[in-house]
Amino acid sequence: MSMTTAIVFWLLAWLTNAQLARSGWHNHRLVRIFVPLLFGASILVLWEAAVASFNVSPVILPAPSAIGARFLAETATLWEDFVQTVLKGALSGYLIGASAAVLTAIAIDRSRFLTAGLLPIGNFVAALPIVGIAPILVSWFGFDWHSKAAVVVVMVFFPILVNTVQGLAEASAMQRDLMRTYAASYWQTLLKLRLPAAMPFVFNGLKIATTLALIGAIVAEYFGSPTRGMGFRISTGVGSLSIDLVWAEIAVAALTGSAAYGLVALFEKRMTFWHPSQRKK
Amino acid sequence: MKRFLPVLAVLMVLVAIWYAAVAPMNIRQSLDIAERGGVAVVPEGARVRSETSVWELMANNPGEIAGGYALDRPRLPTPVQVGQELWKTTGEMALRGRALSKRSLIYHGWITLQSTLMGFALGTLVGILGAIGIVYSRTMEMSVMPWAIISQTVPIVALAPMIIVLSSQVGIEGRAMPKAIISAYLCFFPVLVGMVKGLRSPTAEQLDLLHTYSASGWATFFKLRLPASVPYLFTSLKIGIAAALVGTIVGELPTGAISGLGARILIGDQFGTPLAIWAALFAAAILAGILVTLIGWLQGLAMRRMGMRS
Repeated sequence: MSMTTAIVFWLLAWLTNAQLARSGWHNHRLVRIFVPLLFGASILVLWEAAVASFNVSPVILPAPSAIGARFLAETATLWEDFVQTVLKGALSGYLIGASAAVLTAIAIDRSRFLTAGLLPIGNFVAALPIVGIAPILVSWFGFDWHSKAAVVVVMVFFPILVNTVQGLAEASAMQRDLMRTYAASYWQTLLKLRLPAAMPFVFNGLKIATTLALIGAIVAEYFGSPTRGMGFRISTGVGSLSIDLVWAEIAVAALTGSAAYGLVALFEKRMTFWHPSQRKK
Repeated sequence: MKRFLPVLAVLMVLVAIWYAAVAPMNIRQSLDIAERGGVAVVPEGARVRSETSVWELMANNPGEIAGGYALDRPRLPTPVQVGQELWKTTGEMALRGRALSKRSLIYHGWITLQSTLMGFALGTLVGILGAIGIVYSRTMEMSVMPWAIISQTVPIVALAPMIIVLSSQVGIEGRAMPKAIISAYLCFFPVLVGMVKGLRSPTAEQLDLLHTYSASGWATFFKLRLPASVPYLFTSLKIGIAAALVGTIVGELPTGAISGLGARILIGDQFGTPLAIWAALFAAAILAGILVTLIGWLQGLAMRRMGMRS
């Protein structure tokens, strides 16, 4: 495909999108999905044509079609890496870290002193490059997925903790007073009022943490891993110049990241349907 | 003071937990050294000990617990050891006039800071321009915004080695630029989201007022939308600069960089010097604190100048 065809395609796609955005349909669900998809496809076409017409070596930047072919040819390897990095490392760490953070938040929430002390520290730590702790944890917990899960636990803990603590303070004084007039116990108030009211915040933290979990699991593999895993494959792939395999791994990571985010967002929609941000427009 | 006291108390508790954790973490190493030095330890032999729990080891050899607090290459260093290492590689070297020597963390922090600021500038620029495009063009909003969100769900570390390979092939010299691209990638999103919110924050009445003045699009932008977005901008800049620093360090970790705080972590790992890793981690934390405080200070200044309450 020549560069001109690709540019013409890109322009046509953009014009179509502009028409769609201006038309009366622009709030329709299919249009909302179709427009970004067409934009993404036009970028892929540009990439493909640029690689073909400028004779870019596949060692530097492989064409999307080459990456797709490699993806289909190596599904067994990619699946093995996915299981090692995502299911064993990231997911278990995510679950442990998230539940630990929510439980810690509920525990410290009873004391105003602790909350006032931990919130600024948690906010600060959540902004730090915690990934740097990966080599230390790899040397503590060994090369297999346990160390990756440990890195993920530390990385997801603070954003979720901070968000949950803020969420638990969300129920208004009026609402709490109402619970008091019902003679509700602490646990009843927590389960029926404060935790549901905190859910939008908790989900916010959970969404941030999905990406962090993947980053943590992949970075930790750069510091030592068994001979499988996405981070391992990426770092050895760059070394051995099998760049299309690296891009296939990147595609898996991107798909996983987006899917995990989408999954959490879906749960959020189900559980916080009452929140203003979730109401149908 | 009222806000300071709880933070201080929690910090002290955390340090106390850290100190307490050093004993079980380092007991094996301490016993190995003691045994090599001819001290009788129970049980004998590193292999036997590796199957004994640390608590049992500590109960059987109470005399050797103290040794765990003074190791050269501890599994878990004490806060004081980290502080000493940090001082040795920053303040002490600066006093001897070697602040920019390659062994000093000031030098490595400076390298990281450069990339961070470059990435921060780039990311802020992309974020602001993107936000303007999104606010003014519905086509752009519909086609770019979903990808901006998806871009943040992609684990950037996966891309980091590729960005380094690509930019070296395209002919970009040095390692500063690829790292800056990675940090810009993490930094642009909060700025984009904040600016979109900020540029849309003027109310319909305010926009109508400018309409009755027959204000042009440019005037509306520069006299209403842009000033209205400043508080949002600074709030997202604070998140953005922290994200930029994370991006730079992530960019240094997997790519075999030789200078920068991330590289110190990497080298500390390869040479088995945990103290260097911990010192670099704390240096990164201090740097993040300074940068965020600086932006907060600028925010207060700008708000006062613009007559808004900060």
